[in-house]
Amino acid sequence: MDSHGTTVLRHHFENEEQQKEASSLGMWVFLLTEIMFFGGMFMAYLAYRQLYPDSFAAASSKLDVTLGAMNTVVLICSSLTMAMAVHSAALGKQKMIVFYLVATLFLGSVFLGIKTKEYHDKFVHHEVPGADFHPEDWPKNVDMSHASLYFGLYFGLTGLHASHMIIGAGMLLFLIVKAHRGAYTAEWHTPVEMFGLYWHFVDIVWIFLFPLLYLIDPHFGK
Amino acid sequence: MASHTDHSTHIVPVSTYIFVFLALIVGTVVTWQVALIDLGRFNVIVALTIAVSKATLVILFFMHVKYSPRLTKLVVISGVFWLIILLSVTETDLLTRTWMGVPGR
Repeated sequence: MDSHGTTVLRHHFENEEQQKEASSLGMWVFLLTEIMFFGGMFMAYLAYRQLYPDSFAAASSKLDVTLGAMNTVVLICSSLTMAMAVHSAALGKQKMIVFYLVATLFLGSVFLGIKTKEYHDKFVHHEVPGADFHPEDWPKNVDMSHASLYFGLYFGLTGLHASHMIIGAGMLLFLIVKAHRGAYTAEWHTPVEMFGLYWHFVDIVWIFLFPLLYLIDPHFGK
Repeated sequence: MASHTDHSTHIVPVSTYIFVFLALIVGTVVTWQVALIDLGRFNVIVALTIAVSKATLVILFFMHVKYSPRLTKLVVISGVFWLIILLSVTETDLLTRTWMGVPGR
């Protein structure tokens, strides 16, 4: 692939269609490893939630549902702009690729900003597992000892998710520079398309994290 | 060259993306509002059903799996299948551990 948007067909492929399908297949195989990666941690969450439902419900009610819901909406918007970036690339609208990629990066940054605010609140309210762990206004009839397990899983899952977002933001910057130089055309825009798959995958992870972490039992203790 | 890409690049109309986007937003709002109603253990079932539906929409339309070759579809389905093995086999252990007493304990 040179910078003028002509496709180079590698010698081991029959045609461009096969070459593109191979890229997409490879990306999906990578995403399957990611599904299992996150899956293991989801399983740990499910196992401990079953063991300590009351502690998990009480700890979950310490999260800010409004911020979580806002972040869900922000991430869904960024998925739309990412889909539109791939769409623009397929149509060869080079200026629109840059526009939608910048919009995706912006929305991704908003998500990380809100996440930072949430993490900050957890530190301020002593809800981070460790020596300084003592959540305020803890219900008297609920065992606090397992709540740090919940917050450990909360930071593990959202941290893993956020690190995927940060890596994604780095790749977005790279794509924006390349797209600005006109590297992606209607004939060849595989990197934009493959990054789109990654970004949507990260969105799907959050679609599950939001109800599981934030909405365990909002009626608990009320 | 262009004739090849015509086959491999399926142009999805923008209206489809907008429709999927709106469905995802509605799903998020419904998830949030249903959580405020006390349905007992059905809360988590409703939340996960909506989450699975949203994920399916993203996979089919945003990730173009609906328009992808059969091999890609097979890979996606096998991935979900393996995840189900991970979750269900672990659960069968966790849920049945207390069914029978452990000899010697």
